[in-house]
Amino acid sequence: MLPRYILKRLLGAIPTLLILVTIAFFLIRIAPGGPFDDDRNLPPDILANLEAKYNLDQPLGVQYLNYLGSVLRGDLGPSFQYSDFTVNELIAEGFPVSLRLGGSALLMALLFGVIIGTIAAWRQNSRLDYLLMGSAMTGIAIPNFVLAPILILFFAVYFGWLPAGGWGGGALRNMVLPVIALALPYMAYVARLTRGSMVETLRSDFVRTARAKGLPEWKILGKHSLKVALLPVVSYLGPAAAAIITGSVVIEQIFGLPGMGRYFVQGALNRDYTLVMGVVIVIGVLIVVFNLIVDIIYALIDPRIRYE
Amino acid sequence: MTVYSSAKRCVLTIGALVLVTLLLSACNSESDLDAVEPVQRWNLPEVVYTEDGRPDPSILASEQVLHRGNGTQPDGLDPHVTEGVPSSTIQRDLFEGLVVRGADGHIIPGGAESWEVSEDGLTWTFSLRADARWSNGDPITAEDWLYSFRRVVDPATGSRFSILLNPVLNAEDIIAGRRPAEELGVSVVDELTLEMRLEAPNPLLAEVLTHNVAYPVHRPTVEAYGDRWPRPGAMVSNGPYKLEELAMQSHIRLVRNSHFWDNDNVIIDEVYYYPTEDLTAELLRYRAGEIDWTYEVPNTQYNWIQANLADELVVFDWFGTYYFGFNTSREPLDDPRVTKALSLAIDRDIITQKLTRFGQQPTFSFTPPGIPGYQSPEPEWASWTQDEREARARELMREAGYGPDNPMRLEIRYNTHEDHRRISLAIAAMWEQTLGVRASMINQEFRVFLATRRARAVTQVFRAGWIGNYLDPMYFLELFHSTNPQNDIAHFNEDYDALLARAARTADREERFALLQEAEALLLESQPFAPLYTYVVARLVKPYVRGWEPNVVDQHATRWMYILRHDPVTREDS
Repeated sequence: MLPRYILKRLLGAIPTLLILVTIAFFLIRIAPGGPFDDDRNLPPDILANLEAKYNLDQPLGVQYLNYLGSVLRGDLGPSFQYSDFTVNELIAEGFPVSLRLGGSALLMALLFGVIIGTIAAWRQNSRLDYLLMGSAMTGIAIPNFVLAPILILFFAVYFGWLPAGGWGGGALRNMVLPVIALALPYMAYVARLTRGSMVETLRSDFVRTARAKGLPEWKILGKHSLKVALLPVVSYLGPAAAAIITGSVVIEQIFGLPGMGRYFVQGALNRDYTLVMGVVIVIGVLIVVFNLIVDIIYALIDPRIRYE
Repeated sequence: MTVYSSAKRCVLTIGALVLVTLLLSACNSESDLDAVEPVQRWNLPEVVYTEDGRPDPSILASEQVLHRGNGTQPDGLDPHVTEGVPSSTIQRDLFEGLVVRGADGHIIPGGAESWEVSEDGLTWTFSLRADARWSNGDPITAEDWLYSFRRVVDPATGSRFSILLNPVLNAEDIIAGRRPAEELGVSVVDELTLEMRLEAPNPLLAEVLTHNVAYPVHRPTVEAYGDRWPRPGAMVSNGPYKLEELAMQSHIRLVRNSHFWDNDNVIIDEVYYYPTEDLTAELLRYRAGEIDWTYEVPNTQYNWIQANLADELVVFDWFGTYYFGFNTSREPLDDPRVTKALSLAIDRDIITQKLTRFGQQPTFSFTPPGIPGYQSPEPEWASWTQDEREARARELMREAGYGPDNPMRLEIRYNTHEDHRRISLAIAAMWEQTLGVRASMINQEFRVFLATRRARAVTQVFRAGWIGNYLDPMYFLELFHSTNPQNDIAHFNEDYDALLARAARTADREERFALLQEAEALLLESQPFAPLYTYVVARLVKPYVRGWEPNVVDQHATRWMYILRHDPVTREDS
């Protein structure tokens, strides 16, 4: 059943991605200004040379078909902004960094978020609950660009324990601060979700039955309730994972990390058409894949769901 | 799902929020941080020089590694193709042109030992250095230079700055695809002599040749690797350093090129360049000791820097002018009385002292100071007091028919940036106060802004800036030539164009400058734009990084620098 289901879902994603690519392709071309505009105007001859070099001199429809063709061959084209690199190379270098960073942050957010949320629900309306949920609200409310410099100021400048920035080839000490800064808002959100659905679950009949049966509290919480309570968290994970892994522009810029998040924003600002398209495709594929994974996990933890 | 009814819970949550917010704002306020601020100070040796004027080895740090903040990720490393400042800074360490700039910014021999200009100013003959070597040990010959110059003007290369070589015979036609690159006016006389013929005499050709489009590239490497040649392992270059490591968005590492002809005089062994887009983060990395030389400093941290790092803050004039342009092809700005009144009513001191703050100098001219032998002309009212200027501005506005019963409405357009917004706001207020002008503000994303400005269809007043690539007033003045596609202020003046054309044919430097001064004075007379201030460079440099000097082009090759011995000052010392 499962392989067929996966295949069906993946095939179903093809039209979605095609529509995504089409809309993105034409949307970015509608934006005024082009990749070669700058403070200094290019003389028309040079502009023509450049446009010929990047095939921008052809009609938009032809460019679109050419682009689709090369994407199908796995070639995302040359970058307009970074003239020595192709988009494939940029993404191949940036994606592993984003994956490592985002993956670590996601794990951290999930682990601590679920624990905090469970504790808060277990001690619902106690001081502990208010304290945890108050902090979670704050975690959601404080933007990354405020949190990150504060972390750097204390842990890098004052105490000198960790580096203020840089990737260091992915060394652990370089990852600590950005992962925390990236994870905190997600962790807070996961905690709130977990608490909410846990509170509800703890009131349900099967928990009452379990309690009446005299099951130990940790078993009720950790085994029976959590499995059900995690459903909303799991469905949140799909989009969250795609978002966190394709990187955070803010975190990457502040910590000087070579991820792919900033290519999205910078590519758009620079009208680096191919780079933006490349990142859009990667994000699109990730969302499709993560939604699929989420649906599979869903069925694993909730026996009421079947693959159709 | 959850029951959010308990009032007590609500109060507690809000209380927690308020507390955390207070804590955070306390952290942000500058005064509180000062109390705990550990700003690192250094014990430095007295600087002593050897007999030949070089720093004495006894004062040098044992590890000569420099870490430079470098703005954005460079757009590439091929000197003929890239256009950004971050890339040109790195290329300056990797390559050497026929001429280079010394630490003070003046032109000195580079790949050419010496050069001669013919009597008519049309032929430049360069004697190349016999001991010049590529980083792989190959000798550099006149053929290499010929190949490189032809490559720049070849349309297939897609060079964005090839127009800088327009003074060279036939360059313009080749760039436009009307002639083959072989017809470029550059020829090999013998292995170590290169000849360059010009379209017209140009006493400032050497200035152009300092630019990265005039760097040589290694033909076998370019031909073997194509677009991928500017990478570690492939790139062969001729400068003091060679490319060792390139990690996109992380860092670029250069190491000393042992084949460089002047390698004995190079002191720093390794240079790291970091992209530093976030200025606050760059400042933090500087404070954490991870970078020695910042690209910029954040305006918002001005007070903190003045209070704590004033002695590491370096500020000097940069070769650029910040101005507000008037689209004179549209009403009401087609009336010179109006544009003049608008310009007079701007109090430039307020802008530089209250807004930009890092020592920018108010200006009334277009060409910035710093060109040897050129004195920028100023309109007479540059010497007036601001009150006198404003009185004259009101007079001019009345003459043009505007007053309290007929107020002028204007749009100020700027690209999204905090500084531009604040300056536009201040100017709108000044115009309103002095002239009763109702100015509204529109901000646009950078590329949209550029496209709008260029179309000259909807713009009225717009912010602009122009920064020179080399020290020639022509670089500024030709912007407002009738035929310049970037003449966004729609300045069409035949006399002005004629003066520029005459200057372009003049071989004598002084005579040329006199003509250009006349042209600039004419431009300023009608005031189709309001020059506001001369740009400055503001950066933090660790006190142990020496050997560099402030210069108006803000070009600082690592080969001139060295690192002093430095021990941190501990609590006991102070």
